[in-house]
Amino acid sequence: MATYRELLEQVREQIDEIGVSEAASRLEAADPPLVVDVRERHEWDEGRLPEAVHIPRGSLESRIERAAPDRSAPILVYCGSGTRSAFAAKTLEDLGYESVSNLDGGIAEWKRNGFPVVVSESLSPAQRTRYSRHLLIPEVGEEGQLRLLESRVLLVGAGGLGSPAALYLAAAGVGTLGIVDDDAVDATNLQRQIVHSTDRLGEPKVESAKRTIEALNPDVTVRAFRERLTSENVDRIFDEGWDVIVDGADNFPTRYLVNDASVWHGIPVVHGSIFRFEGQVTVLEPGEGPCYRCIFPQPPPPELAPSCAEGGVLGVLPGIIGSLQANEALKTALGIGDRLVGRLLLFDALAPSFTEVVLRKDPQCPVCGESPTITEYVDYVEFCQRAGAHA
Amino acid sequence: MSRVRIPPPLRDVTDGLQEVDAQGGTVGDILDDLVSRFPGLDGQLRHANVYVDGEDIRVLDDLETSVAPDSTVILLPAMAGGF
Repeated sequence: MATYRELLEQVREQIDEIGVSEAASRLEAADPPLVVDVRERHEWDEGRLPEAVHIPRGSLESRIERAAPDRSAPILVYCGSGTRSAFAAKTLEDLGYESVSNLDGGIAEWKRNGFPVVVSESLSPAQRTRYSRHLLIPEVGEEGQLRLLESRVLLVGAGGLGSPAALYLAAAGVGTLGIVDDDAVDATNLQRQIVHSTDRLGEPKVESAKRTIEALNPDVTVRAFRERLTSENVDRIFDEGWDVIVDGADNFPTRYLVNDASVWHGIPVVHGSIFRFEGQVTVLEPGEGPCYRCIFPQPPPPELAPSCAEGGVLGVLPGIIGSLQANEALKTALGIGDRLVGRLLLFDALAPSFTEVVLRKDPQCPVCGESPTITEYVDYVEFCQRAGAHA
Repeated sequence: MSRVRIPPPLRDVTDGLQEVDAQGGTVGDILDDLVSRFPGLDGQLRHANVYVDGEDIRVLDDLETSVAPDSTVILLPAMAGGF
């Protein structure tokens, strides 16, 4: 029967151990190892190696395959002083991992030599409860939830589409929600604009939305822009580091302005639009898929493009389309799943049915094509009037 | 006969029909057949994108794109509504 010390000695003879300087240079290399921290949560919270993933020693066998599906890829394991991770390295080798190294001296030695340590944000106990259903999903988990809390989503419009999108993004814990809208809450809005309510009639929509969102989730900071998006203010508003824009505008000039500005700022747009019983959703990802002008180079004439105020809309329709937009925005923020880039999803509430068409990037596109001819903001109202569409 | 999906803003001139059957071997023929039966569509169809079985005719052969009898043609104008 071996003592702990003898067992440790045996394990150390069987594994590869590297010093902190060697580890630092491997992390700087073009093909760095996956860094696995095998300590307990409270130790991880106090500071970790940059780029490390946290898999406590007790969960190593069950969780390593998800983090490291390729058994030939290099792995660096560490703990506080290098002993727990020595056993972890041996376990990984037993599991068939071919290139495992243990950090000799652990994070203590790493810190003593002045190498950088990242203190990760962690969820508070209240947040762990609030977001528990997210934490249970492997694709989200604590890391994803922290990512959502740090993410910034800008909603253009706090109307039919913006209402459900704002509510679900806020409930999900998106840390900062920007809302651009210059309207006030009107009685005709309440049939579908669920972020507002009867006691808010006459109140600016951004203020009404802010109150609802803050009551729903105090983790969310709302940036209210009580103004209409124009060529003059769009750079100021878009410059605030948004990860994704949810376009729920109600007119063509704003749609084209959002498009051009997002291409130039490199911000993905989750586009949604609705009319009567039908809605459209797509994701416009600059550089990756088509922009709005690739799909619709010109707005249609008025008779083909009545607004909801003229043609009406089933109250639940923006609930469905705006929720689909929130879904795309959350996946964008989390970096998971397939998004509707290059795909337009059509929803028909009467059938009911979902149909999809393929959207292609236009190499001749005046904004995102190979030789752009529109390189600065135009008069979007005039552009749409010229093309025959009204605001 | 191919199925053609009529977008909501054009249904006022197709007697409210969401889908109609149309004759023709190409997109051009199909659209001509539609206009002959629903004259209110005249001049409107050029503002809509046309997709045959989910693909944009602009990357196929445009109005010359062939349409099989079991194909579905989708007419899709831009919609701005969000409020």
